[in-house]
Amino acid sequence: MSCLITKSSIEFAYITYSRNRILRPFGNGFKDEIQAHLRSRCIILTSAEDKTAIDIDTPDDSFVQMIKKTGGPNIQNCYQCGTCSGSCPAGARTNYLVRGIIRKALLGLKEQCISAPELWYCTTCYTCTDRCPQDVKPTDVIKAIRNIAVAEGYMLEPHQKTALKVLEAGHAVPLDKESWENLREKVGLERVPPNASRYSEAIEEIKKIAKKTGFDKLIEEKKQKEE
Amino acid sequence: MANKSFYHFLGCIIPHRYPSVEKAVKLVFNDLGMGLLDMDGATCCPAPGVFGSFDRVTWATIAARNLTIAEAGGHPITTGCNGCFASLWDANHELKHDDELRDAVNENLAVVDREFKGTIEVWHYVDALVEIAGLSKIREKVIRPFTGVRMALHPGCHWMRPKNIKQKDDSERPHIFRELCETSGATYVPYKDELICCGAGGAVRTADVKIALEFTMQKFDSLNAAGGADMMITPCPFCELQLDMGQVEIQKYFEKEYTLDILHVVELLALAFGHEPDEFGLATHLQYMQRKTAPAWEKLGIKMEES
Ligand code: SF4
Ligand code: SF4
Repeated sequence: MSCLITKSSIEFAYITYSRNRILRPFGNGFKDEIQAHLRSRCIILTSAEDKTAIDIDTPDDSFVQMIKKTGGPNIQNCYQCGTCSGSCPAGARTNYLVRGIIRKALLGLKEQCISAPELWYCTTCYTCTDRCPQDVKPTDVIKAIRNIAVAEGYMLEPHQKTALKVLEAGHAVPLDKESWENLREKVGLERVPPNASRYSEAIEEIKKIAKKTGFDKLIEEKKQKEE
Repeated sequence: MANKSFYHFLGCIIPHRYPSVEKAVKLVFNDLGMGLLDMDGATCCPAPGVFGSFDRVTWATIAARNLTIAEAGGHPITTGCNGCFASLWDANHELKHDDELRDAVNENLAVVDREFKGTIEVWHYVDALVEIAGLSKIREKVIRPFTGVRMALHPGCHWMRPKNIKQKDDSERPHIFRELCETSGATYVPYKDELICCGAGGAVRTADVKIALEFTMQKFDSLNAAGGADMMITPCPFCELQLDMGQVEIQKYFEKEYTLDILHVVELLALAFGHEPDEFGLATHLQYMQRKTAPAWEKLGIKMEES
């Protein structure tokens, strides 16, 4: 994943950093430390200084309708209380702001939502879903936005590779080395378990399903785009 | 309810990376008189983070294909992975309640001559142990209690969340998993960040392992601030991988050293039931394999014949 760190984002990061962690005294070396900290963790931050604000006249609600159909039916319940982001362990360490994404979606800012790299920092822990007072189910909304992002070609390469593994081996984490079989033998199990690692028919079925749903193409198309 | 049998859904991480869990659950279920049947030809659940985020209908179809294997045999499914549980339980639930999704899925399944009927239930090992075997029966089987061993917990997310859908435990103050682990006789050590995610889920580990490891470090630091523990117990092999092998990765990326033994709850119970660590290969956890170390037997209160 690429790094994008700007001066103003360092200031912003300082605020975030000091809020989330123990406040440390100001010092000349502190900004350098933050900068190094950010570089080491590849956090992507933006602010209004780096990017001009978007004027919103009449919200276009086609994106909201799309999200509602794709698995986030309650998105319009959101009253922006911020409980979700306040509960979010991903937001505590990255610029991923679930409340912000939901608001952007409600304003019809589709491209902003689906192209944001931070969309992929949600661990789907469902803490926000359990705490949202408006039953928005933010986790499902984020997953729906991810579905739309993928359909439009926004997909991270490592994810695409994982998906490909399921089509090739039947498993996201396959039995792909002899050492894994040895590990099984060491604990007293048969070398190959009775799942798709043993039954190639199962893999054939997965391929047929992926062909039928168009999932194979979804991944292939991305491959071509990257070339 | 004795002699209940389940189809054993293995998933990927348990059989392919942490086979000690597969062996341990066989010992534990057998001791409790519960059957585990092979689920021939089951595939990836599929990984809820990646597949659920990519295309909900494909995710639901592949999950439904797995469900149909159990439907054909007429037994419920049990799985020891929060991720597999998130796919199989959630898909089963959604397909039973969402006719539109069910029609779409069955249309897809027709190409492999299968049909989702909605006739079985999906159980996490934890639920099978607590609800079918029962805590009192489990306590009776404990012949090697972990007396004086300090035990931290990582219940993980998907076996109890979303709470309104799962309707199982209070996800802000869960007690079911703790009570199960406490049957081992170990002393429960609470810490502030017990309930936050390990960082691996939602395809984050795949996207950016360092960010995922930050979650993990937060948990370890929070535990250390609470005085530390001798071991951490989780009901999920993906969390186990993140917490166990994650320690090796944390050392590599952040130069911080943590050494904590991470056990799946069925490994804890296998030991408590008197099985030797070698019977299920506790020492094959990837943390030990990569660091060329062994579990801290003394801290765990386990006497090993050869050291
Ligand atoms: S908690 Fe719910 S209502 Fe509040 S901002 Fe988040 S999604 Fe909106
Ligand atoms: S589910 Fe995602 S958005 Fe919600 S709290 Fe967890 S990481 Fe944050």
